[in-house]
Amino acid sequence: MRVLQLQVNGDTLETAAPVHWTLLEVLRYRLGLVGSKQGCDKGDCGACTVLLDGKPVLSCLTLAANAVGHEVTTIEGLAPKPETTSEPALDPIQRAFDDCGALQCGFCQPGMMLSARALLNTNAHPTRKEIQQALSGNLCRCTGYTQIVQAVETAVARVSGKTEPDCAWVAELARDRAQIDSAPNEASPSSTTPGPGAPS
Amino acid sequence: MLRLPPFQLEEPKSLYAALVLLAEAKGQAMIIAGGTDLLPNLKHRLFEPKLLVSLARIEGFVGIELQEDGALVIGPMTPLAQVAASELVQERAPALAQAASLVAGPQLRTQGTLGGNVMLDTRCQWYNQTYFWRQSLGYCLKKDGTECHVVKGGQKCVAAASNDTAAPLMTLQASLCFERLNEKRELPIRDLWSSDGIWNKRCDQDELLTSIRIPAQEAGHRGAYGKLRTRESIDFPLLGIAARMTLADDGTVSDAELCGVALAARPSLVRGVSEALTGTRPGTDEFTSGLESAAQLAYKQLRPVDNVPGSAWYRREMVPVLAKRTLQAAARGDGPVHPL
Repeated sequence: MRVLQLQVNGDTLETAAPVHWTLLEVLRYRLGLVGSKQGCDKGDCGACTVLLDGKPVLSCLTLAANAVGHEVTTIEGLAPKPETTSEPALDPIQRAFDDCGALQCGFCQPGMMLSARALLNTNAHPTRKEIQQALSGNLCRCTGYTQIVQAVETAVARVSGKTEPDCAWVAELARDRAQIDSAPNEASPSSTTPGPGAPS
Repeated sequence: MLRLPPFQLEEPKSLYAALVLLAEAKGQAMIIAGGTDLLPNLKHRLFEPKLLVSLARIEGFVGIELQEDGALVIGPMTPLAQVAASELVQERAPALAQAASLVAGPQLRTQGTLGGNVMLDTRCQWYNQTYFWRQSLGYCLKKDGTECHVVKGGQKCVAAASNDTAAPLMTLQASLCFERLNEKRELPIRDLWSSDGIWNKRCDQDELLTSIRIPAQEAGHRGAYGKLRTRESIDFPLLGIAARMTLADDGTVSDAELCGVALAARPSLVRGVSEALTGTRPGTDEFTSGLESAAQLAYKQLRPVDNVPGSAWYRREMVPVLAKRTLQAAARGDGPVHPL
């Protein structure tokens, strides 16, 4: 057992774990940060991707002890911390993934978004090929790569104030979102009649 | 869920401290660099060392330095991504930069190191499996068993050297510096390999690779790397080919070399390539016919076996194709030969 002082998402966290534990195990089972997913556990799938000093690494193949002294960013720390508003803030990549429908089961998303963030940190205007290369260590078994690449392109376009890529489903989703936002909130729990079996 | 077996971990901050730890462990320790190959192997119970000596915090082990004589000296813990992105390496050893850029995927290149890739364990589809999988099969020659599943009745392990960077380092005539407590030696990489897939290196497991030196190449040096794999990322090579070519002042080929990797336990240089191409000028019919001859030499000499996934027949048929394309890329001064 070793006491580890880790810098995670801007906080200094102290925990104790056996020395043969990986960073992924410490994040998930000691620190409760379960956003990093445990997929293949042997470096194939990219679901456990976190940023170490801003660079993407696989936390399933990083010894937790080796991460001491480095800044770890997990998906829980991707969004900027809300300062003045109680509304949850999102990183532009997270917003674009949502708007573009760039997810299905969602398991690969934390890794995908962190790989994308690592790319945009060093290259603010990547080409489609550069995006594909940067995400080539992250597998999506729902085969949503088209939307995922489009989401990164959308995030790039929004941040740089350029025209967003022409994408029919993005416009459709934006319309749906606007419709939901403008509709009276009839479905809120307080205004609905409890159904059979509902707690009283 | 794959868990690591328990071990002790030491993270020395100096080379001397690491050498002392390795000497005191008397062969019971393993060296961990980036960990991208060792940790999956530990999770598969291919090794169960008492102690891991991590090189991650040793000062001076990361970096690429140009020496006065034009040689490049690369620290063993230099990440593959850094080797691939280095302008020095791209300019002076293009095949190495290309090979490093194609190892595994982006995250693994951030973590994986050049030293680790050189010292990579050999791979085989009957070996790189979980303990349960290997137990169900009765194990294999390389680990815990007595039978080879690749060569029936074979008494010699044929697990493949799958390190992409080994092939260009062979053509670049790199040399490796190994250290043990009170002992230091320089070894040409061409003398490193043995044909035994169980441990394919002529060095002891407690010798520490402390630097990789690439001598200055001749003026007119060209190089390229070609890689065949199932997916265009993450996968180990089904076949890797490094090409080196030197063009004389008049534009004709004055020297050429090919090295194949991911075939057998050692990377293999192809004999006769320089003779086939020397004196020809890229773009001419003579050069094209020289390429055909070189490709046929590769086809005859490089014979993959069913040690890594992908049929040996397909990999062998791709040998001349990849050899020719990689030589062409070297002549043009581009590459790598790889779709993505």
